[in-house]
Amino acid sequence: MNALLEIGGYRLAFDGFEGRAHVLDGIDLTVEEGETVGIVGETGCGKSVLARSVARLVEMPPGRVLGGGIRFAGQDVFAMDQRALARLRGHGVAMIFQDPMTYLNPVFSIGAQMVDVIRAHDRAEGKARRSRAAARAAAAELLGAVRLPDPGRLLDRYPHELSGGMRQRVLIAMALTGTPRLLVADEPTTALDVTIQAQVLRLIAELVAARGLTLMLISHDLGVIGALCRRVVVMYAGTIVEDATAETLFGAPRHPYTRGLLAAVPDLARPGHRALAIPGHIPNLLDPPPGCRFHPRCPLAIARCAVEKPLLREVDGRRVACHRAEEVAA
Amino acid sequence: MTAPLLQVVGLSKHYALKGGRSLRAVDGVDLSLHAGESLGLVGESGCGKSTVARLVLRLIPPSAGAIRFDGRDIAPLKEDALRPLRRDMQIVFQNPHSALNPRRTVFASVAEPLVVQGIADAASTQARVTDLLREVGLPESFLWRFPHELSGGQKQRVCIARALALAPKLLVLDEPTSALDVSVQAQILDFLQDLRGRLGLAYLFISHNLAVVRQVCDRVAVMYLGRIVEEGPVEAMFRAPRHPYTRALIASVLPPRPSGLPEAPLAGDVPNAADIPAGCRFAPRCPLRMDRCSRDDPALAGSDAHRVACWAA
Repeated sequence: MNALLEIGGYRLAFDGFEGRAHVLDGIDLTVEEGETVGIVGETGCGKSVLARSVARLVEMPPGRVLGGGIRFAGQDVFAMDQRALARLRGHGVAMIFQDPMTYLNPVFSIGAQMVDVIRAHDRAEGKARRSRAAARAAAAELLGAVRLPDPGRLLDRYPHELSGGMRQRVLIAMALTGTPRLLVADEPTTALDVTIQAQVLRLIAELVAARGLTLMLISHDLGVIGALCRRVVVMYAGTIVEDATAETLFGAPRHPYTRGLLAAVPDLARPGHRALAIPGHIPNLLDPPPGCRFHPRCPLAIARCAVEKPLLREVDGRRVACHRAEEVAA
Repeated sequence: MTAPLLQVVGLSKHYALKGGRSLRAVDGVDLSLHAGESLGLVGESGCGKSTVARLVLRLIPPSAGAIRFDGRDIAPLKEDALRPLRRDMQIVFQNPHSALNPRRTVFASVAEPLVVQGIADAASTQARVTDLLREVGLPESFLWRFPHELSGGQKQRVCIARALALAPKLLVLDEPTSALDVSVQAQILDFLQDLRGRLGLAYLFISHNLAVVRQVCDRVAVMYLGRIVEEGPVEAMFRAPRHPYTRALIASVLPPRPSGLPEAPLAGDVPNAADIPAGCRFAPRCPLRMDRCSRDDPALAGSDAHRVACWAA
């Protein structure tokens, strides 16, 4: 196995008028080539900013790396020059986002936008730029690959003429132009209706399998993660609290936050089961709680939790950051 | 059985478009809601569920149909005649961050309905607002806070307190937890259940989340392209759904566990409400389509308890 992505001790903060928000607090995560990793957590847990960091898309400033780093295929992402960065984005890492309309330019046709992207990738990869006609043919082929009907005609249409599901397919097609190794999908179906969500998730899974992509899927929805990912990483307030195979995480979670999160989701298949809330609310990252960031809401918190930050460590076949992980019944 | 609190018959809302066409956002909806009952209205974006909510509250005028509230048809009423009725029907919106004025305190927001209805006097208002905050589980110290000092869940509680200020009989909840995290959603759902029991409120609960509806509603109505396609008791609807669209919606729900990929139960997209297919409007996407479906429009039929609009059901 080869580590495709290595994130070590990564600490990221944002400087604002009110002070410094510590949004990622020592992230350690290694992703092997071919893995499907889901990153799940609630608002403000840092999952999106972690995803963006991978392609160095976080603006600095206001962002500021306080420690650690990120390596993609062995290369330090933060040390890359503009050329290497252009190659990383698209050729190494491709991203799709929650709201496809935001990422399409409303005044250009789908074809014009795809041709630009394809030719930009040619240059980033140091190849001769294809002619517009050749790029257009490649664009039509990609639209076919994401199962959009009648790609030739679609190229002349504008984003507002497409449904949300079609727009997301167009963005997935654009993400494939650089033949990436890692696909980072940040809430790719959150803006879509459930029947369309099923279609798009199926497409992503098929592309990942057929092209041997590594998948990093960011979602707040445990159902979406459970459908697509073999490995699940749970984040809370800028930290990884648990990292396990999907079976282990859903079946025998060890971290009190993971357990709380699973208990809070209403489950259609278990009508008698009443969703249980986690008391309290997420901490202010300008002044995060000392020790374990979850301790003010944790039913198992002890004095130690308020002073000593629990490290992510191996317990019972998974990584978990909790002083009392051994005591949490499986 | 007593008369329903709310009875809607043949309700439609059409918007005129250029070229003489019209967009049929709501197109012949019948529904009823008894005092103390919770009816879930589910469907995908653009199905008309939020338009139904706005029509029922008479925030917008209907194109056709009757809306009987407490025995009186409120569909033709003008603004002046509606104002006293608004005490009995209130709404909570999806996004509490935009439903509160950022420059007004919690007190000012929650007291506003009392002021508008002319039943506020300086002495009793603060006591009443304090009671309302207690009702929604917020301490008195929140009175003088501003929205930016509150979390999303706390803001939604303030919105609910405001909706309760006039002691309504009907509360329309338009995706009340969709903007909240799941851990907070569970708090609000619990609290809404408890509130309905204590105050005998009727809920029209609009949601795209079937698991949420199953937890908080007595009955469910499924909408597709401006029409109700199936309606019945929550248990029967989820245990034995009869309309192919209801089945597809349920099949699309991803359980919170490793499940493998869902079969995409439906191909294609929801058609445009300006161009509704002839016959059954679901026919072009329907796995059970027969010849008849593209000619004849099925009406909602069946026993009173569980009704479905489908030729194949």
